[in-house]
Amino acid sequence: MEIDIVTLSRLQFALTAMYHFLFVPLTIGLAVLLAIMETTYVMTGRAIWRQMTKFWGTLFGINFALGVATGLTMEFQFGMNWSYFSHYVGDIFGAPLAIEGLMAFFLEATFVGLFFFGWERLSKLQHLAATWAVAIGTNLSALWILIANAWMQYPVGAAFNPQTMRMEVTSFYEVLFNPVAQAKFVHTVSAGYVTAAIFVLGVSAWYLLKGRHRELARRSMAVAASFGLLSALSVVVLGDESGYAASEHQKMKLAVMEGMWHTEKAPAGFTVIGIPDQEKRETRYAIKVPYALGLIATRSLTEEVPGIVDLVNRAKLDIAKGIKAYDALATIRAAKGQKIDMEAKNAFEENGRYLGYAYLLKRYVEDPRKATEAQIEKAAWDTVPTVWPMFWAFRIMVGLGFYFILFTGTFFYLASTGALEKRRWLLRLAVWSIPLPWVAAELGWFVAEYGRQPWAIEGMLPTAIAVSHLGIWEVAITLAGFVAFYTVLLVIEVSLMLKAIKAGPQPDDIADENPRGRVQPVPAE
Amino acid sequence: MILFELIDYSVLKVIWWVLLGVLLIGFAATDGFDMGVAILLPFVAKNDVERRVAINTIGPIWEGNQVWFILAGGAIFAAWPPLYAVSFSGFYLAMFVILAALILRPVGFKYRSKKEDAAWRRNWDAALFIGGFVPALIFGVAVGNVLQGIPFRLTDELRTIYEGTFFGLLNPFALLCGLLSVAMLTMHGGAWLAVKAGGIVAERGRRYGSYAALATILLFALNGLVLWLTVKGYRIVDGVSPNMPSNPLFKTVTRDGASWFSNYTAYPWMTIAPALGFVGAAGAFIGLRGRSELVTFFFSKLSVLGIISTVGLSMFPFILPSSIDPNSSLTVWDSASSHATLFNMLVATVIFLPIVIAYTLWVYRMLWGKVDEKTIEREHKTSY
Repeated sequence: MEIDIVTLSRLQFALTAMYHFLFVPLTIGLAVLLAIMETTYVMTGRAIWRQMTKFWGTLFGINFALGVATGLTMEFQFGMNWSYFSHYVGDIFGAPLAIEGLMAFFLEATFVGLFFFGWERLSKLQHLAATWAVAIGTNLSALWILIANAWMQYPVGAAFNPQTMRMEVTSFYEVLFNPVAQAKFVHTVSAGYVTAAIFVLGVSAWYLLKGRHRELARRSMAVAASFGLLSALSVVVLGDESGYAASEHQKMKLAVMEGMWHTEKAPAGFTVIGIPDQEKRETRYAIKVPYALGLIATRSLTEEVPGIVDLVNRAKLDIAKGIKAYDALATIRAAKGQKIDMEAKNAFEENGRYLGYAYLLKRYVEDPRKATEAQIEKAAWDTVPTVWPMFWAFRIMVGLGFYFILFTGTFFYLASTGALEKRRWLLRLAVWSIPLPWVAAELGWFVAEYGRQPWAIEGMLPTAIAVSHLGIWEVAITLAGFVAFYTVLLVIEVSLMLKAIKAGPQPDDIADENPRGRVQPVPAE
Repeated sequence: MILFELIDYSVLKVIWWVLLGVLLIGFAATDGFDMGVAILLPFVAKNDVERRVAINTIGPIWEGNQVWFILAGGAIFAAWPPLYAVSFSGFYLAMFVILAALILRPVGFKYRSKKEDAAWRRNWDAALFIGGFVPALIFGVAVGNVLQGIPFRLTDELRTIYEGTFFGLLNPFALLCGLLSVAMLTMHGGAWLAVKAGGIVAERGRRYGSYAALATILLFALNGLVLWLTVKGYRIVDGVSPNMPSNPLFKTVTRDGASWFSNYTAYPWMTIAPALGFVGAAGAFIGLRGRSELVTFFFSKLSVLGIISTVGLSMFPFILPSSIDPNSSLTVWDSASSHATLFNMLVATVIFLPIVIAYTLWVYRMLWGKVDEKTIEREHKTSY
């Protein structure tokens, strides 16, 4: 890989985003679990549920702080490292980010203070409302950021304006109700719920193994197992919906995930395992399940799923149209709005949406109109991301998804029959499973974002064009700075988490409320 | 959709210019006192309990305040994409330093009290101070550079080329603006401590806050004088109409015979902004020396409002002038989002901003009351 400004900027974005997403899923899921636990407390008056809310709340707080810290960078990085992206699509892309701040960040950040500081100051219902506000706020922020991200995968409701040299919104409604956004939102949020559920299961299992805080651990497990099972089912079902959306709008991403080089006769088989070979353009030792891919991707037995080579050939045609658009745009702009060249205007209207394909050539030639056949061929092959990391990342993620269903399902069954504590190996498995949802979530983002390359905005703006005009040392300094800084913070965070888990729930002076007025103190442990 | 044409494009641009100011002022007037308290931390608190008093006056609310900053970033992206693209890539390393400093705050607040260890807490106290002082300074330095013009130009394709360096930002006038920003936010932090802290911490907050209020008045005057004497303004020669599409290259700009003070001769009512800057700081000074807490805080906010508005009004219609290619300068008329986006975003703002302000006020009311050493003792488990 050549080290240039694009590579460094991509690396920085990938690393800062993936660090950020170490904290986000737990925040999203744990916030909802806290709200559920506290609701149980308010409804039953049993003090143990309040103690649970406070204990998991402490862990939530340690994690939340770093989510906020790393999130700050995300809001400004587009402008810092991707200034042409910001100019080119800010008219559409900026809106969901701003609304995220207005609608979601304010809600969660304003009430999170009350969650921690308000136990003595608020009535029970007021405090519960604050907790729900935090949960709703975190989930809403996921919605808005995924609307923005979905638009990068499937840019609807926008058109290029030659006067301002950028994309401008034509239908805000289409941007908001982007089908890709809906699939992504539920998939991502459910993944956060699974993360929190498995985290709570794992930590509680550790307490049971040590014979500590059994009341709290058993109840926490019961909540987490049922919440986790529902969420794991939702992740997989809606992940499948995501795949279906990709097959409609990002055919190359799907073909690369499958390592499918050539179009097969419908319905295509699903490759369970194989070794993709980018050089030879084939996937060796492929083991296939007949019909499966065709069914998943097209929901039919007759529709074809196009392979990589066919898609590259389509890209060549798109590049030709892109060059026409580029040429028409140059004519329109040369006129400086004085007299309108109807021929150029029509040519641009016809081919304008392929303009981004002409920009793919900028890597090889300053003026895309002067590109040779060989350069067009190269640019067309640039639309294929490296297959093997996509192929494997996707399979590991899906495998983990099915494991989560099995895992949470088992715990759900055992938690309801009360036979958990005897199966110590299962408890140990739960402790060791804690990191797995993070692995799945990071791989999921890798598939989504790396699979979109070479595009920053699918079919519209190549990543290489989107970058800022910066010195290579500037980006190298910030890349090293962010990684070093984040790593130190991560180490501190994990050590504080472990400290808080070892310390366990703190004694609470609140007693159970009992309709007959008898006071039952929280059981001493 | 024709709905957005209900409001004229040029009107929307002005509304969004005002909202840009509202967000920046909202940020400085709320998160500004959090920074001020962090800057005052080494001065107003001499031991751990006192430091906890100072920190816990802002502990439950600073996070919501910080959203003003995040929202300002998002709103600039949505409503002024060229401004977002040029400023943050241009101030690249400065932004990195600001972010690194701001990142210290959420962790500093949350993690400081997780261990009893004195060295651990001292380190986080230093981190919190940096998280207040460094952004306050650099925001001011950035404004100082904007007033002088930023060394950027736009290519035909509206790609930003920035030709300055990080150390170029640290010129005398910009540093003077940085000091004003620090003084202003320190005054605001002192005013907040007067309202929210009890005991010795409040006393010291008043004392140092009043020094900062004096410094604010002097530096604001000095900045104005230096600006008048040494910094040329910008003037649009032609090529601009309020309803034009957003392309900064359509216009011609000159620095000859221009001044950042000419708006005040053309529109004398604008002098109310610098007047508020002075009156507010003077009121805060008197309040900090006297006893009236809420009045002090109100005047301090007024000063923040006046000083930031002064910058915006002096430059209108410029937002980000270019020193190396004045024609590339970003102005209110040619750097906004499309008509439809400005309208949609306005609708979202009109719906949600009042809701945000309403529940923020409710939360402040719930947390009403002074934080002193007894509070920390009583709530030592939940406090930071």
